[in-house]
Amino acid sequence: MDMTQLSPDEVILWQRGFVTINATIAFTWVLMAVLIVASWLVTRRLTSSTDIPKGQNALEAVVEFLRDEISEVTGGDRPTAYLPFVGTLFLFIAVANLLAIIPGYLPPTASLSTTAALALAVFLAVPGYAVARQGPRAFLRRYVEPSPIMLPFTVLGDITRSLALAVRLFGNMMSSAKIVAILLVVVPFIFPVLFQALGLVFGMIQAYIFAVLAIVYIASGMTVTQKSASGAEGRTPEAATDTTESSGKEQ
Amino acid sequence: MDPLAIVALGSVITAGLTVAIGASAAAIGEARALDRGLASLAQQPDESAGITRTLFVGLAFIESSGIYCFVVSLILIFANPFLDLFR
Repeated sequence: MDMTQLSPDEVILWQRGFVTINATIAFTWVLMAVLIVASWLVTRRLTSSTDIPKGQNALEAVVEFLRDEISEVTGGDRPTAYLPFVGTLFLFIAVANLLAIIPGYLPPTASLSTTAALALAVFLAVPGYAVARQGPRAFLRRYVEPSPIMLPFTVLGDITRSLALAVRLFGNMMSSAKIVAILLVVVPFIFPVLFQALGLVFGMIQAYIFAVLAIVYIASGMTVTQKSASGAEGRTPEAATDTTESSGKEQ
Repeated sequence: MDPLAIVALGSVITAGLTVAIGASAAAIGEARALDRGLASLAQQPDESAGITRTLFVGLAFIESSGIYCFVVSLILIFANPFLDLFR
């Protein structure tokens, strides 16, 4: 990717007729292959003894971390139900961003197409989980409470937060790739490496944020009947930041 | 000045202003959130997991406004749709 290209979508590797294979598609395939083969190799011989292989140890740590995060956000509410979806999101984004240490690799998350697809998956998972858990009536009632006047705003909020989810990941990852590309032209020595390392940190944080936001959105789709049971866990992060802001003003 | 130069000049200046204002505003907001977050962490170390997670999620929300400005300025510089009108 050079300076004039905005995203890996514009790096075309192969083209015949209307079929175009760009860097985003190719590296997403590579990524899926890496994830599947690595998981298959590790889970081929699982053991429950105390002497476990390195790979199993690493994957167990990841799964344990994800289960803890999910159960803390949802208030200890069946993390296994959300683990496949949220865990896949986290692993895909984290590996996509971490592989950026390999020269020539362009993270597919730096393309708006990929992040929009991921955000769309979250957008559809929110009603999916809520309807499967509480039925369509309870899910739809969330939109007309406390009053039907709020209906357009709630719908608008659902759409804009998915948009923000996509643009946030895209902007962060694209800016990391872009800064390195620009620095390679301006100061090609040492500095690009530092910023690449910084990009790895941001990549992990963005993967974590994307996964946590996915859980928060899914959990907020089910707040109505859980309000008495779980209390503060049902709060959306918007409300949480609002309180931070207002308490800062009071002083 | 021909129209292309005017459009290019306007785009570059606007891109710089967008990043400057957007980044500084987002930075001030994030700094305030981080300030309160660190104070809460010092007061209640037991709640560090919850505070840290809420802080991260909140920072992500605040940061998205800065990211929007950044994306707009990048579009203005690298993928300006108006430059093609005068080419």
